[in-house]
Amino acid sequence: MANSFTCNIVSAEDSIFSGTIEMVVAAGVVGDLGILPGHAPLLTELQPGPVRVFHDGGKEDHFFVSGGFMEVQPDHVTILADAATRASDLDEAAAEQAREEALKAFNDKSAELDYTRASAELAEAVAQLRTIQQLRKKAGKG
Amino acid sequence: MAAAKEIRTQIGSIKNTQKITSAMEMVAASKMRKAQDLMKAGQPYARQIRNVVGHIADANPEYKHDYMVEREVKRVGYIVVSTDRGLCGGLNVNLFKAVLKDAAAWREEGAELDFCALGSKAGAFFRKYGGNLVAAKSGLGEKPTVEGLIGSVKVMLEAYDEGRLDRLYVVYNEFVNTMTQKPVVRQLLPLSSDMGEDAGHDNEENARPGSWDYLYEPDAKALLDSLLIRFIESQVYQAVVENGACEQAARMIAMKSATDNAGNLIDDLEMVYNKARQAAITQEISEIVGGASAV
Repeated sequence: MANSFTCNIVSAEDSIFSGTIEMVVAAGVVGDLGILPGHAPLLTELQPGPVRVFHDGGKEDHFFVSGGFMEVQPDHVTILADAATRASDLDEAAAEQAREEALKAFNDKSAELDYTRASAELAEAVAQLRTIQQLRKKAGKG
Repeated sequence: MAAAKEIRTQIGSIKNTQKITSAMEMVAASKMRKAQDLMKAGQPYARQIRNVVGHIADANPEYKHDYMVEREVKRVGYIVVSTDRGLCGGLNVNLFKAVLKDAAAWREEGAELDFCALGSKAGAFFRKYGGNLVAAKSGLGEKPTVEGLIGSVKVMLEAYDEGRLDRLYVVYNEFVNTMTQKPVVRQLLPLSSDMGEDAGHDNEENARPGSWDYLYEPDAKALLDSLLIRFIESQVYQAVVENGACEQAARMIAMKSATDNAGNLIDDLEMVYNKARQAAITQEISEIVGGASAV
């Protein structure tokens, strides 16, 4: 009990993950957060990025969330994601293309542009790529 | 044979009705599956966010959001989720009864009432009933979106922000199973700590409500503002999709019993028809026999 806690990751469409884990690392708006059992209650907004879940025995799972909220209680963590996917389901080519398109839209001064939306799209694409690269680095090591 | 002919036409027309109702039953059954999937998909998020908000209401935060402060109740708002179409048994009627019962209790305490109708049946009902209808939205379809609901929900939230409403409820049908739908009146605002399902049997920390607080990132105000609005939206959205699943289930059951009733009616009429036919034949025979013996 002392060194594990329950974690629920839900998105608006589905329950992505639920189980007992040792540690979770998520991208908060002010920086990455690693949560261990017995953490003080915490509420944070998440930015688009990877969420890493460490199971008992060192097994590791990667997820991608496109923003949302995280609630931390001493014995459980709840991640309310706007949209979440397992990192292995992410498509690198699609993410790269989305990033390029977002960049193009961002730099295209002539067109009428919703800047907040374009930058949000860009951030999401970059975060997806970051998740994929992290996953690949891990695979290369192991 | 005139009576027999009339009965035949009647049987024919009931058979046509039966065809329609059984087709509607099958349509509702297939739509119900889709509506149920939609409902199930949204359930984990709605449940978890309700738990989180339940914890927040338990905490003693540095920043008290308007939605967390209990005020003297002068005006109560109801978001009533109904169906767009009829022929779904007593679904809407039971729901409206539940609203009126709850509303009558508030009225006795001297509170005034505002209604927000989602779905055309609720709109029509409150127009006839004479409640103070402040917002209405219909034609949500089978795949309601959060965007489609924001407008009418915002009217209620703004009223709450400005102090015109002191309490906000959402009323919808809860999907128990295909046969049973239960109207529920759920409090949205102000937040109460018994919202989460795990209320009451939580860890020690939560056994002492009001004695702890969260750490907030970035800061409490910005975080709670966006989280609580997300909470309201998700609850209303979930209410709408759940009501959608109830609608299809109720329609399926209503159409099934209509089809069964038509079958019974046809059986009865066929019996009457056969008797009439038999009587006509007997009469004809006795006429012939009577005529032959007279010759």
